[in-house]
Amino acid sequence: MNAQYLSGFPLKLEGDPVPMVSFKKVTKSYGSLVVLDSLDLDIAEGEMVTIIGPSGSGKTTVLRMLMTLETINGGVIYVDGEPLTHMPSGNELVPANNRHLRRMRSKIGMCFQHFNLFPHMTALENCMEGPVHVLGLSKKEARERAEELLAMVGMADKRDQHPSRLSGGQQQRVAIARAMAMRPKVMLFDEVTSALDPEVIGEVTNVIRKLVAEHHLTMLMVTHQMGFAKDISDRVCFFYGGRIEEQGTPEELFGNPKRERTQQFLSAVKEAI
Amino acid sequence: MSYFEFLGQYGDRILSGTLVTVVLTVLAALLAIVIALAAGMMRMAPNPLVRGVATVYIEIFRGTSLLVQLYWIFFVLPLFGITFEKFTAGFVAVGMNLGAYGAELVRGAILSVPRGQWEAALALNMSPAKRMWRVILPQAVLIMLPPWGNLLIELLKGTALVALIAVADLMFQVKQINGTTFLSAESFGTALIIYYILARFMLTPFMRWVERIMQRKLGRA
Ligand SMILES: Nc1ncnc2c1ncn2[C@@H]1O[C@H](COP(=O)(O)OP(=O)(O)OP(=O)(O)O)[C@@H](O)[C@H]1O
Ligand SMILES: [Mg+2]
Repeated sequence: MNAQYLSGFPLKLEGDPVPMVSFKKVTKSYGSLVVLDSLDLDIAEGEMVTIIGPSGSGKTTVLRMLMTLETINGGVIYVDGEPLTHMPSGNELVPANNRHLRRMRSKIGMCFQHFNLFPHMTALENCMEGPVHVLGLSKKEARERAEELLAMVGMADKRDQHPSRLSGGQQQRVAIARAMAMRPKVMLFDEVTSALDPEVIGEVTNVIRKLVAEHHLTMLMVTHQMGFAKDISDRVCFFYGGRIEEQGTPEELFGNPKRERTQQFLSAVKEAI
Repeated sequence: MSYFEFLGQYGDRILSGTLVTVVLTVLAALLAIVIALAAGMMRMAPNPLVRGVATVYIEIFRGTSLLVQLYWIFFVLPLFGITFEKFTAGFVAVGMNLGAYGAELVRGAILSVPRGQWEAALALNMSPAKRMWRVILPQAVLIMLPPWGNLLIELLKGTALVALIAVADLMFQVKQINGTTFLSAESFGTALIIYYILARFMLTPFMRWVERIMQRKLGRA
C-alpha cells in the first residue's frame, strides 16, 4: 500500500468523544473478489453493535480484520483513536509492524463460532494462559482473575475439566471468560451460538447479556439470532454484498426497515423460524 | 556346539554389542528429534532463506542413502578438517538421516492442528513463539506420536549400518563372531531376535506409554 493513498488519513483520531472503533474506507478483497467495499463504520465506547446479513456478505471478515486475523487492502482501521492496521512514521501512516500490532491487539478480544478452546488445558488453564504468558501476571493473580470470570459465566464447578468433557454451551462460556481475562476494551463475537444446540443457546446469550449489563465494554457481534440482536443491541447494521445496506436502532431496523433488501432479508429470516 | 554353548561363549560380546546399539539408538533418536523439530519448523518459516536451508537439508538426507551419508561423515568430512570418532559419526549420521524424515512428520503434524487454534492464540495476543510452544506443539506432538513410533524403529534398524565403520554395536559383534566360528545361523539369528525384541517389546511399548501420558494431558484418557 503506498503512502500517497494513505495521505488522507489522520495519524490519530481527534475529537470528543473519539470512537472506540473506526473503519475508514476499509477495503478487503481476496484476489478479484471484493469482500468489503470502502467500509465506513464508527462504534462508540461502550456501544453494542450487531451485524446481521446474508451469508457471504462480509460480516465475519469485519471482525477478523479488527482482530488482525486478516490484513486489509485499503483504508485504515482505528481503535481507541489510534490506527490499528497502520502506524505513524513521520507524517504519514505506514503498515503496522508486529510490535505495533501486538500493542494494539491487547485492546481487543474475540470469541469464535467454534470456541477454539485449547484442548490440552483445563477450563481454568485456558483462562490463565493469556494473563500469565501475555500480560505477565503471577500465577496466583491470574488464577484469581480466571476463577472470578469462570464464576461469572457459571463454570466455576467445571474449572478443572478439559474442553473435551464440556458441552458446546459450556465451552463457549469458558471461551468468553478466557477472552475477558485479558481485559479487552473491545469484544468481538462471531456467531457464538451458531454451533450450539438450541436448548443451550440461552446459557451463552445470558452471559453476553450479563457482560452488557455489568461491564463497560464496546462490543461488536455477528449473529443470526434476530430476537437476541433486537433486545441487546444499541445499533444494528445490516450488511449486504460487503457494504452496510442499512443501520439503525433495533426498533428502526427491525420495526421499520427502509431498504428493500433489508425487508426481504428480515422476512426471509422470519419465515425460516 | 549347542545354541546354549554358543550363548555361553559369546553372550558377553552379544550383550555388550546390544548395549552399544541401545545407546546409539537413544542418542541418534534424541538428535533426530531435535533436528526434526528445528527443520520441520524452519520449513514453515516466513523467511525464504530459512525455509530454503531446511528444504535442502531434508532433500539431501532423504534423497540419498544412509550408508553413503555415514561414509561421508566418517571418511570425507575429515578431509575438510571435521573429524568425528566412529561412535559419534555413527549416531550423528543416523540421527541426521532420520531427523530429515522426522522433519516432515513435524511439519505435517503442525499443519494439521486446526487453524482456529492459531487464531485463538493470536486473539489472546500471544507472541509467535508462545503460540507455537504453548498451543500448537503440544497438540502436534499427539498427532505425530504414532508415526514417530515407526520412525524410531527404522532408526533402530538403521543403526546396524554403523558396524560398517567398525563401531562395536550388535551387528558388528555378531559379524565378528560369525567370522571366527562360521556359525552364521546362530550369530545372525541371535541378532535378528534381539533387534526384534528391542523394537517390538521395548520401543513400541515405550511409545504407547508416551502416547498415553500425552493423551492424559489432553484430558482424553
Ligand atoms: N480466505 C478466504 N479466501 C477467499 N475468499 C474468502 C476467504 N474468506 C472469506 N472469503 C469470502 O469472503 C466473503 C465474505 O465472507 P464472510 O465470512 O465475511 O461472510 P459472512 O457474512 O460472515 O458469512 P456467513 O454468514 O456465512 O458466516 C464470502 O464470499 C467468502 O467466500
Ligand atoms: Mg461468518
